[in-house]
Amino acid sequence: MMLKTIFSGFGGQGVLMMGYSLAHGAMSHGYHVTYLPAYGAEVRGGTANCTVAVADEEITSPVSSEPDNLVVMNSPSLTTFQNKVTHGGIIFLNSSIIDARPSRQDIKVYAVPCGDMAQEVGNIRVANIIMMGAFIKKTGVVPADIYLKSLETIMGSKKKSAAEVNRKAFAAGYDFVKD
Amino acid sequence: MNKVLMSGNNIIAEAAIRAGCRFYAGYPITPQNELTEYMAEHMRNVEGGVFVQSESEIAAIHMIIGASATGARVMTSSSSPGISLKQEGISSMAACELPGVIVNIMRGGPGLGNIRPAQGDYFQATRGGGHGDYRTIVYGPATCQELADLTMNAFDLADLYRTPVMILADGMMGQMMEPVVFKKPKPRQYSEKFMLRGAGQGKSKFFRGLILDAIDMEEHNWKLERKYQVIIKKETLHEEYKTEDAELVIVAYGTAARIAKGAIKRLRENGMKVGLFRPITLWPFPELKLRALSKKVKNYLVFELSTGQMLDDVRLALQGYAAIDFHGRPGGVVPTPAELANVIARHYETID
Amino acid sequence: MAKKVFGRPESLKETYFHYCPGCGHSIAHRLVAEVIDELGIRGTTIGVPPAGCAVLAYNYFDIDMLEAQHGRGPATATGIKRALPDRIVFSYQGDGDLAAIGMAESFHAANRGENITVIFINNAVYGMTGGQMAPTTMLDQRTTTSPAGRNKILDGYPVKVSEIFSQLQGTTYVERVTVNSPASVNKTKKALKKAFQCQIDGLGFSLVEILSPCPTNWKMTSVASCKWIDEVMSKEFPLGVFKDNIAAVKKPAEAAS
Ligand SMILES: Cc1ncc(C[n+]2csc(CCOP(=O)(O)OP(=O)(O)O)c2C)c(N)n1
Ligand code: SF4
Repeated sequence: MMLKTIFSGFGGQGVLMMGYSLAHGAMSHGYHVTYLPAYGAEVRGGTANCTVAVADEEITSPVSSEPDNLVVMNSPSLTTFQNKVTHGGIIFLNSSIIDARPSRQDIKVYAVPCGDMAQEVGNIRVANIIMMGAFIKKTGVVPADIYLKSLETIMGSKKKSAAEVNRKAFAAGYDFVKD
Repeated sequence: MNKVLMSGNNIIAEAAIRAGCRFYAGYPITPQNELTEYMAEHMRNVEGGVFVQSESEIAAIHMIIGASATGARVMTSSSSPGISLKQEGISSMAACELPGVIVNIMRGGPGLGNIRPAQGDYFQATRGGGHGDYRTIVYGPATCQELADLTMNAFDLADLYRTPVMILADGMMGQMMEPVVFKKPKPRQYSEKFMLRGAGQGKSKFFRGLILDAIDMEEHNWKLERKYQVIIKKETLHEEYKTEDAELVIVAYGTAARIAKGAIKRLRENGMKVGLFRPITLWPFPELKLRALSKKVKNYLVFELSTGQMLDDVRLALQGYAAIDFHGRPGGVVPTPAELANVIARHYETID
Repeated sequence: MAKKVFGRPESLKETYFHYCPGCGHSIAHRLVAEVIDELGIRGTTIGVPPAGCAVLAYNYFDIDMLEAQHGRGPATATGIKRALPDRIVFSYQGDGDLAAIGMAESFHAANRGENITVIFINNAVYGMTGGQMAPTTMLDQRTTTSPAGRNKILDGYPVKVSEIFSQLQGTTYVERVTVNSPASVNKTKKALKKAFQCQIDGLGFSLVEILSPCPTNWKMTSVASCKWIDEVMSKEFPLGVFKDNIAAVKKPAEAAS
């Protein structure tokens, strides 16, 4: 198994956090993993993206030629990356702010209104965690409980209530996408 | 053993502290700032740890020279333009036989260039870089685990040979994260006689690079050279990947080798017999190992994120033994494995 | 039994200086060695000689020494001092070394208030390389690279190190002295002792600027050189204490302990 995912969006949407938490969860689950963020001037002007590779064997290149999954949190990211996704791949998009849909027919698309859902959960900042709920459910890269444990580890000693909100957010996304 | 997920820059810093580095000086430059910041944060929690943000890269290298002379394990880090400024000090360390680790997280150049991953500093690193007849041991790690392991090794080699050791990585290595396990560092062995700590009641000593008498200077040069010959014999490292049955071998190091491995995997799936030769020490270059491989494999493609620098070393190793070709992506461009695979496949079809 | 009234300081090796007759470096070396002896710090002092006429200082001082590259003395000294805070560390520098190529290292070591001592030999020229113009060369002074005399339009003005460094909050003690007469030599020794004592007491950065004759490159006799310091050089570079914060720094330090 070798699965590469690109996460992309505005800076401040927690895009790097999505990639990092996935990488951490996959590591905890015993997989090989690489996490490669775009850095420096690339992220000035407000865009951020990262590539996460998860595999059960040595990961040769952390750079992805054709990602299996693409998670986009804003419209420019969809434009930039949609044609890179491998044949049969999946795109998760934040339909709260992305109106366009990929024109390709050979991929699956999950439109998750994670922005609006976050408002419902009561904290717009957890839109990324909601998206991760949908992502984990559909890709099954790591079991949900392992991912959630990683998320807590990463968040460190932050307030209990924050962990609670994250779990709620994750569940909302997880349940949103049908089996 | 505990696995942790950390960025390359932080791994180097953590490995250094674990290896007993107690003096770090540096000046901000992207894409290695996380290393400096990690040192700032963590050195103050280590007994005897010193962090100095210097006024320039020049000052930083001369600060670690001072601390190294007292017997401290020392490190400085920078990226390409800053490493140019450090060359005076690196030459001085080689001359005075002072140990220390210098990290270069390369970016695109020449000049200010950009901050994207590139490998244009290979000549500077492996040819000494500063003035005079000397060499610097250069590690070219390709994984985060190697960043950790080779950083620790770098301190040991620096002590053993009393010479500067460079870690040559690039922006991608510095920024990417992979799980690592920090090995237990070896206990340090470094004689008091190489430290300046005040003469006490005894005889005073001094360390210097100035040797005005030409015959004495020549002798010092040969002494250094004999040391370099030992290093060449004992410290050369490389990796071979799928070379057993290869028709074509890619020669690449660091980030380029990671991309190349990805490309090779793809090509193998299509039945093309391609392998990888990856130097881990860039100086000493694994010349004899590469030449030995040429008994089996007659076609080589050097791939670098530059216009062709390690290519020279490959030619020195293989010229007359095998066919050598080159593919380069300088300036901060990092091709995907698929793109590189296309290049290699086209090349593969031309060999007979 | 004859009483020994004059001898070699213990901190100087049994050898001859290579300096030109009448050169201020010899006197400065001897004074530094005497001060080290008198303060009893030979065994704990580490010196940093420069690139410049004093490059071979490690052949003269019988203390541990680490050669610095041209101008980098204060950075090298910073490394030593931070690694070994209880040692006494000094950097010995010429005017080209301190005020040209090494201005950044010197300025910032001072500004950080490194607890080191800088001995600054101002001889208004680059001595070692053959008498070229230095940052401290006087206006209209002829040197090998200012054959028509230093021209303020082209070459700027003499850099006043003591004045500048005394303005930095990081410095504790800054004095300008000279070595052109027995009285001034005595005064210089006192200044050096005060500077080293300042460091021993942990009170921060001290700098002693010594106006120092270079008869060879000034193309004067030794006597004329001494006179030139009085009549010309010290007019541009007035002698005196530019900063003495020792008492002020000491008080809070004592209160804290
Ligand atoms: C990087 C570098 N540039 C130039 C030199 C050559 N150099 C040696 S000493 C010196 C100037 C010495 O003048 P100063 O610092 O005034 O000391 P003095 O010899 O007058 O005591 C120069 C330019 C050098 N050693 N290193
Ligand atoms: S050249 Fe000047 S500074 Fe140098 S030793 Fe001679 S007199 Fe002294």
